[in-house]
Amino acid sequence: MEPVLTRRIGKENSRTIDGYVADGGYAAWKKVLSEGWTPERLTDEVKKSGLRGRGGAGFPTGVKWGFIPKDTKGKPIYLLCNADESEPGTFKDRLLMEQDPHQVIEGVILSAYAIKCKTAYIYIRGEFYLGARVLEKAIEEAYAKGYLGENILGSGYALDLTVHRGAGAYICGEETGLIESLEGKRGQPRIKPPFPAVSGVFNAPTIVNNVETLACVPHIVNRGAEWFAKIGRNEKNTGPKLYCISGHVNRPGVYEAAMGLQLKELIFGDAYARGMKGGRKVKAVIPGGASANMLTAAEIEDCPLDFDGVAAKGSMLGSAAIIVMNEDTCIVDAARNLSKFFSHESCGQCTPCREGTPWLFKVLDRIEEGEGRVEDIDLLARICGQMANGMTICVFSDAAIAPPLSSVSKFRDEYLHHVEKKTCLVGKRALVTA
Amino acid sequence: MSHTRYRVEDAGEPRVFPPEAMARIQKILTRYPTKQAALLPVLWVAQETWGWISREAAEEVARVLELPPSHVDGVLTFYTMYNLRPVGRHLLQICTSISCHLAGAEGLIEQCRARLGIGPEETSRDGKFSLVEVECIAGCDRAPSIMVNDTYYEPMDEKRLSELLDRLGREA
Repeated sequence: MEPVLTRRIGKENSRTIDGYVADGGYAAWKKVLSEGWTPERLTDEVKKSGLRGRGGAGFPTGVKWGFIPKDTKGKPIYLLCNADESEPGTFKDRLLMEQDPHQVIEGVILSAYAIKCKTAYIYIRGEFYLGARVLEKAIEEAYAKGYLGENILGSGYALDLTVHRGAGAYICGEETGLIESLEGKRGQPRIKPPFPAVSGVFNAPTIVNNVETLACVPHIVNRGAEWFAKIGRNEKNTGPKLYCISGHVNRPGVYEAAMGLQLKELIFGDAYARGMKGGRKVKAVIPGGASANMLTAAEIEDCPLDFDGVAAKGSMLGSAAIIVMNEDTCIVDAARNLSKFFSHESCGQCTPCREGTPWLFKVLDRIEEGEGRVEDIDLLARICGQMANGMTICVFSDAAIAPPLSSVSKFRDEYLHHVEKKTCLVGKRALVTA
Repeated sequence: MSHTRYRVEDAGEPRVFPPEAMARIQKILTRYPTKQAALLPVLWVAQETWGWISREAAEEVARVLELPPSHVDGVLTFYTMYNLRPVGRHLLQICTSISCHLAGAEGLIEQCRARLGIGPEETSRDGKFSLVEVECIAGCDRAPSIMVNDTYYEPMDEKRLSELLDRLGREA
């Protein structure tokens, strides 16, 4: 597939508005205005494209836009670009924002127009200083050229766009956590309903879309919904997709491919990660960021990397963060590391999550350190059982149980080895001295 | 910064935003329909002004935004990037999330410990370096990834870290 979202990455002028316009940038925005597209037509086009949210949930974007009430009772409508990219293993939005900011901005502008929004924010994680600076400069350029601001290109439509920096909190990537944070509060998710499309930021209808999702929109306008829908494995999994691959592979990075790329092709293909470092074997793969169930080496056979393909394997595509672990990796240690993350990032609002995540970490830590008991393995499963399926306000704790639960069920022998032999199966190291 | 300290500390001296900071804040306020929504950006201004956010600084933020000081404290201690005490000139942020962990990130922390005599959440006596362990900073393809203040250094290894610490240590 020819590169779409990454076509300008690495070009010398990839950040400037002149460079973007020279490569056909802002043509989609001009097309919508000059051809007199209504917001409804734009929404329909995105619906027809089959575009599904790239942030993790995979919800159809056009359908989400359609949830905005017809009559907002005088309230403004807000668009929030979710640039809080924090899922371990994910680094695609950072690339898009740092390297080709105008593509993201044009996507924001078009999407704002589709939902009749006049004020939009890009909520960017605090650590992305460079991304924020690059976006701010690009937004200034877009205002200067009349693509943003009052009476855009003489259309009468007005849009303001602001970069809003977070300050370090994974949970602000959850859309209602993001909304709370933007309002100047702790980023603690809200109970749904009401859904943001009805009542979101500042109690007004709000759409939250991921950076990569929005970056697709100019291409859908320029080349048509049918073109977009033809890219990908089937009509439910369409468009170009950015895959982030990291871990024990030869060439980690962001790779763009048609939705539904085979996982093995991503790991071993010459155009992608080019196989395992040192020729080691694959032990486990996390296909969708820290929140996704691990897959075994056998399960990566015939695994199309799209929403339904990975779901069929009992995991999820999530943010398309593929983390590859070789045969020398201690799975208990990996699960402990992932649990450390969730324990650190729980927002503390709901008891099952606030208490459950540190307990998972502590039990995994003692197993890894050779101080665990056989019962601890089932204890992990029991703790997980008390955290999932609607016990909490958001799905954070459902995510937090994925690493321990999936690793215990798929790599039980490694856990048993730790508690019985007090050594690590992989490292063969003695964990406690007798 | 990780959540090991929740207390907002006293600076022991008053904090009043200088005029240039106030000008920035006025501009920020035009971008939001409520004053409260400007809290995170204004806390950033406070941190850029004083290097860290003391109780007095938090109270100044509360005054300017007409918010209860308790609300500002609650927000300040929720997010990990606001410094709740003075930090060194070079804030070393070492990612130890999964991909960096698989690439040996903990070795970098040990290297800092041996070289600078500080562990996570600590500042060297000369005030040059502070060290924190951070969660995923989206540098997984260049693992292990670290940041010093607002800049990424990746991929990092023992040799590059040694050279980086040499260079930063020579800066006044």
